[in-house]
Amino acid sequence: MKLQKSTLLALYSMMEFARYPDRQIPATEIADKYGVSAHHLSKVLRELGRAGLLDSLRGVRGGYRFSGNAKRVTLLEVIELFEDIGARPDGPGGEASDTERALASVLSEIDEIAKATFGSITLDVLVKQLEMRRPRAVSTELAALPV
Amino acid sequence: MSNSRGNDRSPRPAAHPERPPDGAAVITRPAQAGDLDAIIAIDAEVTGIEKTDYWYELFQRYGASRTRQRLFLVAETEGAVQGFVIGEVRDWEFGSAPCGWVFGISVRPGARLAGLGTRLLGAICDGFRYAGVSQVRTLVARDNALVLSFFRSQGMMAAPVITLEKALEP
Ligand SMILES: CC(C)(COP(=O)(O)OP(=O)(O)OC[C@H]1O[C@@H](n2cnc3c(N)ncnc32)[C@H](O)[C@@H]1OP(=O)(O)O)[C@@H](O)C(=O)NCCC(=O)NCCS
Repeated sequence: MKLQKSTLLALYSMMEFARYPDRQIPATEIADKYGVSAHHLSKVLRELGRAGLLDSLRGVRGGYRFSGNAKRVTLLEVIELFEDIGARPDGPGGEASDTERALASVLSEIDEIAKATFGSITLDVLVKQLEMRRPRAVSTELAALPV
Repeated sequence: MSNSRGNDRSPRPAAHPERPPDGAAVITRPAQAGDLDAIIAIDAEVTGIEKTDYWYELFQRYGASRTRQRLFLVAETEGAVQGFVIGEVRDWEFGSAPCGWVFGISVRPGARLAGLGTRLLGAICDGFRYAGVSQVRTLVARDNALVLSFFRSQGMMAAPVITLEKALEP
């Protein structure tokens, strides 16, 4: 499964914002983290802002802040702002051949599974997975115990 | 499972007239014959079909003749059944190691989003652990966004199996 670059950037960004919902994050911070141009990322963030998933904040530092409900926004909602994962380029024209139709049915089977998967995973679920994978910080009391 | 969808972005629903009061103690316990009317009513409300015989038969297999392998549990608040879960341990099905299968879970629409589904799934998972298995599985219709979201929220991921089907020629 391959997603376009803007879509991936949108997902990475939404994950950053959903993880730190109270933080106002400048576009440059995310651009640096993922090694992309701030110009490209700004376009992506504007689109997310238009969809109501981010608040755009003016002022000296500027930036964006999360404004959705991480428990309800699914990956599919973010993806569909940037691409239609079920869309297939038209065939060579004219009546589709049997071969094209047979192959199209396999591809659409895969698309349906992909859509159901993206449509059932919320930002919150992914953030929690991320937190679980991070090595747990050892509490200061435990760290103070003799080895 | 039904196709009721609920992926709205609204936060918790406003207080429902029949909603158990916030903070009401939740009890999960094995289903008893006296719970069947409530279970049938919840299922009818959720699926739109009343299947009395089906539930009595299911209760015979999973409730009345309960074993460690078969679990039929209800969640109750203030003496009223609000939801149920059914499952069993299946051994070596299609070559896969014994695992717990959840094949039905429902919470009364007016009592949802208050953690009851989570409690029911937690209780049946405890039962599976007690029966000695370390994996739990379920099967959900691909377009049932509500139930898929629920199981995902509980940390469940796609299993390394693919379900296949075909229409049988008459
Ligand atoms: C799926 C179901 C059991 C969940 O029960 P519930 O008591 O509402 O579940 P919980 O309150 O424990 O919810 C746990 C998590 O599931 C997810 N979830 C539940 N309902 C959701 C919804 N409408 N939209 C998105 N996510 C949802 C959320 O992540 C939720 O966590 P949150 O409350 O912190 O947001 C219930 O919705 C139901 O009975 N649905 C119908 C089931 C069915 O079709 N049964 C047919 C016979 S098997």
